[in-house]
Amino acid sequence: MNPIAIRTASLGRRFGAVHALDDVTLEVPSGIIFGFLGPNGSGKTTTIRLLLGLLEATEGSAQVLGFDTRADAAAIRERTGALLEHCGLYERLTAGENLGLYGRFWRMPRADRRARTAELLSLLDLYDRRDEIVGGWSRGMKQQLAIARALYHRPSLVFLDEPTAGLDPLAAVALRDRLAHLAESEGITVFLTTHNLAEAERLCTLAGIVNKGRLLAVAPPAQLAAGSGLASIEIIGTGLTDAVVEMVAALPAVSSARRDGRALMVGLTSTGGTTQVITALATAGYQIETIRHTAGSLEDAFRALVEAQS
Amino acid sequence: MTRMTNTADVLAVASKEWRALLGQRGFRGKTGIVLFLAAFGIILPLQAGRAWITSPSLAIAWSWVPMFLVSTVIADAFAGERERHTLETLLATRLSDNAILFGKIVAAIGYAGALTLASLLLGEVAVNLATWREGLVLYRPTTFLTMCALGAGGSVFVAAIGVLISLRAPTVRQAQQAVSGTIVVLLFLPWVAVRLVPVEWKRTAIAAAPSTSQLAVIGVGALVLLDIGALAFAMRRFRRNRLIAD
Repeated sequence: MNPIAIRTASLGRRFGAVHALDDVTLEVPSGIIFGFLGPNGSGKTTTIRLLLGLLEATEGSAQVLGFDTRADAAAIRERTGALLEHCGLYERLTAGENLGLYGRFWRMPRADRRARTAELLSLLDLYDRRDEIVGGWSRGMKQQLAIARALYHRPSLVFLDEPTAGLDPLAAVALRDRLAHLAESEGITVFLTTHNLAEAERLCTLAGIVNKGRLLAVAPPAQLAAGSGLASIEIIGTGLTDAVVEMVAALPAVSSARRDGRALMVGLTSTGGTTQVITALATAGYQIETIRHTAGSLEDAFRALVEAQS
Repeated sequence: MTRMTNTADVLAVASKEWRALLGQRGFRGKTGIVLFLAAFGIILPLQAGRAWITSPSLAIAWSWVPMFLVSTVIADAFAGERERHTLETLLATRLSDNAILFGKIVAAIGYAGALTLASLLLGEVAVNLATWREGLVLYRPTTFLTMCALGAGGSVFVAAIGVLISLRAPTVRQAQQAVSGTIVVLLFLPWVAVRLVPVEWKRTAIAAAPSTSQLAVIGVGALVLLDIGALAFAMRRFRRNRLIAD
């Protein structure tokens, strides 16, 4: 097995004057869940399309599973699975037919297709619904089936483009748990794009943050969060008014301030911010009862990196 | 081996198309097929009687049917996948560009060919049952073969043109309108051209023309050349990275 599943060197793609992806250099080791995080329109989907050879790079190069995306795109698609922007299911076909069809595309013998369909649908608790037309299914069920389809032919690398987008929180959590379980049991590399930072924090071994087509950082989520040097504080006391919240939000060391019942939630942009906030609150006549510090999160790191780029 | 596996890929795509086609509701699904068979396999043959099988113009009359049938389904080939957001997932599979393209074409031609043949056979049975006292009547082999050759040649041409239109059309409706319009223009062009040719030229051409069978061979040959050209052009135009970039 190639120790590096994905390697890009100054990868870029222009659409006319628009630079959808710019100078992205990245290495994704095999066997991990890699999170590619960024807001909408940041270049995540374009990256997947380039890595699958569905789009040609205008700059730089990329290798997936050791194959060049320009010269050997067919070999890449042979060995990968994908859940793209839309689930891409055939809504007039049943769940079993949708999976079996992709098994035929990958030349799996009929007996293998039958066994694999039963295996994956059972894992997803969808086996009893295998003969239902998927057009009437909920979005969460369709996404689960689409993930099963992406894994069907036992690829060594799977691209998942925002798999939990548009799902309600419960469905998203269920899908995330099943995805983690499937990725582990199948022993595959997962390239996951998302703008859900909590999802990335829970699922990913390594994460890259992309914004406006540029890769800003790559590290394990915990390291990204710690490296942000940011923290937040939760202050409970009396005398909290909108004017106090606005005053705190305007402090140089504060990135955000909001009321949450009796609590004042403050995001800090520097480690010395706590003193600044306490002094300002005392001056404003606010009586502090408790202060609780929390460590920096991936969200803090993401926000700091994106703001620094802007 | 490559040819065999490519054939398997083409058939995999085609079978997907057939399943989706049969799964449609209303006149484009099973209901439409039943109505078509009832009209062209039973009602019209019974109205026409034995002339339905023996008429010399049968070959010409039937050669447009598969073309029409192809035009009703081919517009959906890529425009439908795009509209239903399944195109990109299909393009992300291991299937080659040619397997996808020819799978779509084979599906449309197979659907049209199967319906046409079924209608012809049903018509023969219906007419023979209705006029059984007059003895058995069958299609003449030469008429039947000419009908098949013209129908198949025309279908391939319409399928190739339809795929080209479907590749670029943003919606199925627009693709259908464009395919129908193009087919009408292509069918009427030769008719208009013949009308515009001076009468003396026509007389000279008729006098110099070879026999009917030779004319049929020349016609089918010309159709095959047209098909090859249209298919080659469709293969050249179908590039998955161009479809996504557009």
